[in-house]
Amino acid sequence: MSVKSDSLSIGITVGAFGSAFGAAAVASHYSVLQACLLSLLTFSGASQFAVIGVLGSGGSAISAIATSSLLGIRNGLYGVRMAQILKISGIKRIFGAQLTIDESTGVALSQRTPAEMKTGFWYTGLAVYIFWNLFTLLGALGASALGDPAAWGLDTAIPAIFLGLVWNRLSDRKAWAIALSALVVALALTPIAPAGIPIMSTVILAVILGWNE
Amino acid sequence: MSAQWISVIGTSAFCFGFKYLGHSVPELWLNHPRIQRINTYIPIVLLTGLVTVQGLTEKTKVVIDHRAAGLGVAVVALLAKLPFPLVIIASAITSAVIYRIY
Repeated sequence: MSVKSDSLSIGITVGAFGSAFGAAAVASHYSVLQACLLSLLTFSGASQFAVIGVLGSGGSAISAIATSSLLGIRNGLYGVRMAQILKISGIKRIFGAQLTIDESTGVALSQRTPAEMKTGFWYTGLAVYIFWNLFTLLGALGASALGDPAAWGLDTAIPAIFLGLVWNRLSDRKAWAIALSALVVALALTPIAPAGIPIMSTVILAVILGWNE
Repeated sequence: MSAQWISVIGTSAFCFGFKYLGHSVPELWLNHPRIQRINTYIPIVLLTGLVTVQGLTEKTKVVIDHRAAGLGVAVVALLAKLPFPLVIIASAITSAVIYRIY
């Protein structure tokens, strides 16, 4: 019972941010249809904000896709973990894979029994999916009527969302050091590299710093 | 085809592809501690890179403007452990007010 109500409240809260995505996508010159397709087909907030952010700030389609896809790798690793709990195949695996995101995996892994884990995964995944897509549409339609995004703080809301997302991951001194070095690299490359490259280049830091303990 | 369409299709294909691949490969392939560590760091560097470029740069210049002020407020709100929606709203309002004044 409590797993289901937790799932629903997470779905509504996280889903509401879909409106920020819809609005941001339209502000970054995506159509309402394209914004909705990203939420339906990509369904991973950080990747979605990344792709519209990189393209919207002048990056190429390739660097936009590369950045969003690299952010999507973690869902694959969640999938490895969830596959052993869900034990699904065929069409159900396709749906299960699409619903494998931070929230559904997080709720599932915080349960005690395998049955609760499955319930947590499916209910959270579906709740976020439904509300995320609904709010994307509302946000995209709303932003079309809004005009200059900077006048509403939308140009800052997007990096602020990224900041909030990374904040949760800064759990120790090493994480802070990695984040600060990424900041320095991104700033240093901005004047000399084409748009999109300064963001992608930070991945090299993750590989170097993660290679040895 | 426009860059927007290419990015929508490419991003969707790769992101779903990674999810599906994860559900389909044997776990031991990805269990190496090195892969796990790098995977923990990738979101940290990319998200920080996105904050930096979208908040502090304009084309090829480093710029401190209304966005930096909004992000400063976001940092304070995060340090104060405010709920996530409040952090974003406080940041956006700060930015919008400064943008409209100047």
